[in-house]
Amino acid sequence: MYVVIYLGLVHRAEQTLAASLRTVGQGHAQHPDVLFTCQALAAMSDEHVERLTPIVARYGEQRRGAGVDEPERLHAAGLAEVRSGPVGLLRDLQDLHVLGTLVQTTWTVVRQAAQGLRDHDLIEVCEFASAQNSRQLSWLNTRMKAAAPQALIVSR
Amino acid sequence: MADIWGAGMPHARGTVWPARVDQHLADGVTEDQVDRWVGSACLLCSNGCGCDIAVKDGRMVGIRGRATDVVNHGRLGPKGLYGSTAWAHAPDRLTRPMIRDGGLLVDCDWETAMGRVVEVSKRLLREQGPLSHGFYTSGQLFLEEYYTLAVLGKAGVGTPHMDGNTRLCTATAAAALKESFGADGQPGSYTDIEHCDAIFLYGHNMAETQTVLWARILDRTRAADPPRLVCVDPRRTKVAEEAERTGGVHLAPRVGTNLALLNGLTRELFEHGWVDHDWVREHTLGADDLRDIVEAYTPERTAEICGVAPDDLRRAARIFGESGNVLSTVLQGFYQSHQATASAVAVNNLHLLRGLIGRPGSGILQMNGQPTAQNNRECGADGDLPGFRNWDNEQHIEQLAKLWNVDPLVIPHWAPPTHAMQIFSYAEEGSIGFLWISATNPAVSMPESARIRRILDGDQCFVVVQDLFLTETARLADVVLPAAGWGEKTGTFTNVNRTVHLSDQAVEPPGEARSDLDIFLAYAEAMDFRDRDGEPLITWRTAEEAFDAWREVTRGRPVDYTGLTYEKLRGPTGIPWPVNEHAPEGTDRLYADAVFPTATETCETYGHDLLTGGAVTEQEHRALRPDGRAFLKGAQYTPAHEMPSEDYPLLYTTGRTVYQFHTRTKTARSRSLREAAPDMWVELSPVDAERLGIAEGDIVRVESPRGAFEAQARVGQVMPGAVFAPFHYGTPGLPGEVPRQANELTMTVWDPVSKQPYFKTAACRVRKIRDGGGPAPAPTTAASAPAQPGAAPATAGGALTVSRAVPVPAYPNDPSCAAEPGSR
Repeated sequence: MYVVIYLGLVHRAEQTLAASLRTVGQGHAQHPDVLFTCQALAAMSDEHVERLTPIVARYGEQRRGAGVDEPERLHAAGLAEVRSGPVGLLRDLQDLHVLGTLVQTTWTVVRQAAQGLRDHDLIEVCEFASAQNSRQLSWLNTRMKAAAPQALIVSR
Repeated sequence: MADIWGAGMPHARGTVWPARVDQHLADGVTEDQVDRWVGSACLLCSNGCGCDIAVKDGRMVGIRGRATDVVNHGRLGPKGLYGSTAWAHAPDRLTRPMIRDGGLLVDCDWETAMGRVVEVSKRLLREQGPLSHGFYTSGQLFLEEYYTLAVLGKAGVGTPHMDGNTRLCTATAAAALKESFGADGQPGSYTDIEHCDAIFLYGHNMAETQTVLWARILDRTRAADPPRLVCVDPRRTKVAEEAERTGGVHLAPRVGTNLALLNGLTRELFEHGWVDHDWVREHTLGADDLRDIVEAYTPERTAEICGVAPDDLRRAARIFGESGNVLSTVLQGFYQSHQATASAVAVNNLHLLRGLIGRPGSGILQMNGQPTAQNNRECGADGDLPGFRNWDNEQHIEQLAKLWNVDPLVIPHWAPPTHAMQIFSYAEEGSIGFLWISATNPAVSMPESARIRRILDGDQCFVVVQDLFLTETARLADVVLPAAGWGEKTGTFTNVNRTVHLSDQAVEPPGEARSDLDIFLAYAEAMDFRDRDGEPLITWRTAEEAFDAWREVTRGRPVDYTGLTYEKLRGPTGIPWPVNEHAPEGTDRLYADAVFPTATETCETYGHDLLTGGAVTEQEHRALRPDGRAFLKGAQYTPAHEMPSEDYPLLYTTGRTVYQFHTRTKTARSRSLREAAPDMWVELSPVDAERLGIAEGDIVRVESPRGAFEAQARVGQVMPGAVFAPFHYGTPGLPGEVPRQANELTMTVWDPVSKQPYFKTAACRVRKIRDGGGPAPAPTTAASAPAQPGAAPATAGGALTVSRAVPVPAYPNDPSCAAEPGSR
């Protein structure tokens, strides 16, 4: 049953997203909205991980299956350090968005399986996390749209 | 000066608020010596009282309230009486332009000053484009000036970087109204005071910030059938005392926990069935989600977060839930504190859940800081578009482009207009190289003042300042332009309950000072801004012509001025918008039909996530099909950004005092007001003062991670664990001087939706420096009174004010007048 592999993937991707959000927030702390909102968004991912933990324990998180090396190969690379300057901020937000999209589609996939398994608890976690994940992506989009013109046209 | 609310005139519920004319003339001037009285409205608090300016020998020498005006029924407060005209002939008025030459500001003529401004502006536009320009304006200009600035900024320069100090005081009011109802615009009216059964004041020390409105409330609470008051404030204000006297409640939540408190109140409404389910189903969206969000905020948990007694919370909720009509007012205690928009929206939610909106007595007043602030929001010189248009709606942009005859792409609308704090960040990094500041003093009023001074003083950005005096900000400018003030120019402005007043020019400005309108027009002309046909972009020359152009911009929008003219506004009273063919005498309250401007085509915003500020997209909004229904929106409480720690164990909060306005640019120049509250002080609770070995009047040093100031301590009525400082006092900026500004300590952080900076949540520590040799210079008449009565001499003084009761005129739109046949 490969669903355990995807549980592992979403679990680790959320952890990676939370860590990356904190890295970007701290790295651009001179923009207080970036600092504090990234912390708030990271807390959302923490909560997803927390809600997922008993379910993962129930299924058993499997790192390797027959002929499958996931999630090592599929795992999401996080942001270990930040770039500098207005364009750097823009690129970091973009990377977070890519990571957030991976998380989002992973939840979509897991939810499909959860429905097939008739696992009400997992369906509930998927729905909750997906809704919060949309809020994360929505903020990243909003912030990038606001920052882009200044960064690309007049920043030094 | 000591009697800040005047003698009471109690009257019964549902009857008209009695009229009384308050008048003050400068020393030595008698009433028969006044040459003429010129119609206007007072600017020195957000009430916007109708008044007449006394003129003698070409000088403004006094003021009197207008008995026929719907806003104040003839009354004026201490700032209006003593502070309206004295500044006008202060010896240090700016009378000539100045430019920086060899590091120093030197006098010059207009041609030189404007020449320098235009040279830099043209060069940057050529080399870097419009994003190099920023405009930071006031909450104190007139409608015609804001509108002119909006057109030259958005269609001439084409920059999204325009905001006003309205961002610091009323941005949250606007944001909360937009999130709940789809557009800005105050649902309620001051006449709700005469018809309500309960009044809730959220973070609103009305007794000091709006003395005349507070007198209006006192005239009901001191009558036989008073409304009950509920006060939410960490200080024991006069409002808190009156709440307890009327059988209401004073809730003193820990600084930064307003949203938890409101979530607790909301949960109580659901729990006890104080919800009008039919009305909610028909006229709102989101009730189920809101219930889920507030579910966890039991009275006990809420009490634990906020530090209030669970029974007090229950009692307040019961008053809200069981009163027939409730009036709510909100101000800086919410707007400048943690989770500002979510907390202010929660107040709207309470009214929507009970259907308490759109009828006499059930109003919401998301207050403003000054009666001119609303116009900045309406006209779009701040982070909005003219006529409450939605930057994210292509049709709305098309309308503006057509009105101004420009290419829609010239109007920056790819993202929300840049908010003030971001404008200063861009100026700091130098990507905004030209910053024009008009009629405001950010070096004192913005958070983390040392940073603001550094930005203004640096070489990376060219700074133009236009003001009445050489303020702390003007001293750091590259060009200073002398402006005309209130009474020296003509224009209109609109107070919090949408009442528009015309202020006619009473006297000539001093020296070479010019009206802000004339200055903006001169810049537009020198820059040669053109429309798409090559004609001048701005076609008006006078205030009245600007007003007429503005009326067309409001046609078909919720903020409808089309039925107003200067001639009509020269009548007996100000008139509340919308004014049009359906409502020729104006509109006392909005949403009487429970239809809200939320349709996707109409609304001013598609909304935001209240926790993160993430924008709702057009598609998402359309999918909700709001179609005239109001939004119920909630958010979880989160702890404030800076909590007390071992190093900084006390909560730091800032606020206002009754005798001063803004950064005292005007009020410091009135001797009476200056003497009543002459200098900076800081308030501590008796418990904390004793623990720190501080006595009344001792000089203390207050420090946060960002800065420090020194001032005399008032052992006062702030809650234990918190420290309060008034924000008005600046620093002359002399070398070696010890700072005394409240904003040395505040944080650069803002609300995610309204972008209003948080002035009320920081951590600090306090220690004694030395004995002060006398009590702190804080007034004793209101919330800053000493904890121990008699610990400071009573505030007194000021020349005589004349008050006389007059027969009650018929006020248009006043429901009490309609109820009394023969009163018209």
